Amino acid sequence: MKLTELIQLIDGAVLTRGADLNRDVRGGCGADLMSDVLAYSQPDAVLLTGLCTSQVVRTAMMADVAAIIFVRDKQPTEEMIQLANREQIPLISSPHGMFEVCGRLHNAGLQSLEHAYDEG
Amino acid sequence: MDAEPLRTDRVITDGAANLISRVEELAYELTIAEVMSRDPRAIAPGTKMGEVMETFREARISGAPVVANGELVGIVSLEDLIRALRESNIQAPVGEYMTRMVLTVKAHSPLIEALKVFEQRHVGRLPVVDDDNRLVGIITKGDITSGVMRALQYDYQEEEVRKYRARHLFEDIVSDRTSLTLRYKIAHGAFAQGGNASSHIKRALLRLGASPQIARRCGIAIYEAEMNLIIHATNGGMIRIEIEPHRILMEAIDDGPGIYDVEQAMQPGYSTAPDSIRELGFGAGMGLKNIQRCVDDMYIDSTPGRGTRLELRINMPPQESLGDAARKTGTTEERDDHTTNHRR
Repeated sequence: MKLTELIQLIDGAVLTRGADLNRDVRGGCGADLMSDVLAYSQPDAVLLTGLCTSQVVRTAMMADVAAIIFVRDKQPTEEMIQLANREQIPLISSPHGMFEVCGRLHNAGLQSLEHAYDEG
Repeated sequence: MDAEPLRTDRVITDGAANLISRVEELAYELTIAEVMSRDPRAIAPGTKMGEVMETFREARISGAPVVANGELVGIVSLEDLIRALRESNIQAPVGEYMTRMVLTVKAHSPLIEALKVFEQRHVGRLPVVDDDNRLVGIITKGDITSGVMRALQYDYQEEEVRKYRARHLFEDIVSDRTSLTLRYKIAHGAFAQGGNASSHIKRALLRLGASPQIARRCGIAIYEAEMNLIIHATNGGMIRIEIEPHRILMEAIDDGPGIYDVEQAMQPGYSTAPDSIRELGFGAGMGLKNIQRCVDDMYIDSTPGRGTRLELRINMPPQESLGDAARKTGTTEERDDHTTNHRR
């Protein structure tokens, strides 16, 4: 799915500049706990989160996240936007809640890029 | 996507001002030929308006030049199509509805010439012609935006040059065993900077030619370790990375408070972090486990009251070792022959 299609599906607003919105996204991952993202997300996932701190952007950089979607209309700070612009990670805000956004994207065929929990 | 309307009360920072002047410069530096779409879908004047509609839909365009015997004779746009539809006349030939007085721009003109025409004449697209007035392309405002964006990504090319240099580091320096050491001081409680060191480390590894997988594993491990220092280390700590072509050694060292029970600290879910940390998305007791998952070897040496030393190792298989430029850019045969290139 193209990032531009995804943005339409969730009524998203793009908050960053310059990043390539025509890129393909392979799947998604939803979490508020950044350690979960670091542990269980696969590269090139879009990250759906209700957490809105600089650590989300940092985590995205480390985990090779394709784009960050803030649910429930969370608005990142200017500092976060600048960091994301520098790192070319699109920040998107959606008015819908986490369950709704996950549901819409999953329905539209976006697969999960979360590893299941493993003891190792 | 529509841009946000410009707010007049917005304060323009130095950075933004520089960017704006760079965009203005680019309007003079770039030529129309560098930005336009080449090989535009040309339509013959005899084509029916209904077919034009299909072409527009298929190619996802909203206008096209009309060419007869190699010569530009007009331009047909969505508006013309709407007129034909309103008059229930989509069987009519394009020649009947197209705009004949076509404004054109020259391919070698600076971009600013096209911008001026767009600004003054309110057209959606402009055919681009060469000196003999032959159609060579078409330009829209969208082409201009993406062309300028591409040019602004010049920084990106600089990054490529840096990568090139860094990748050759290990070959350029001759020794029996070469390593590169990076050190970062991490301050206690510096949450705003949390992840800064890890970002630098990940970028350094990518520049040195590490695969995205290796860089990601190192980045995640060291980011968790960095957050641990920020959260727990009373006097802050130090991250030390030693990079060799075949191995990355990472250390996070602090002088307190130490871990009382390392085994317990390794248990998923065990955490001593306060709620303020949890609000940042960390402190759920997964850090050490996450780190372990990303690395090949992990040692923790901790004495309560004295401090902690976390040592992590990632070993690269021969085909993923750093700095071996000949192999990385070589042909398949060369790549298969990595054992002879690989140095230890």
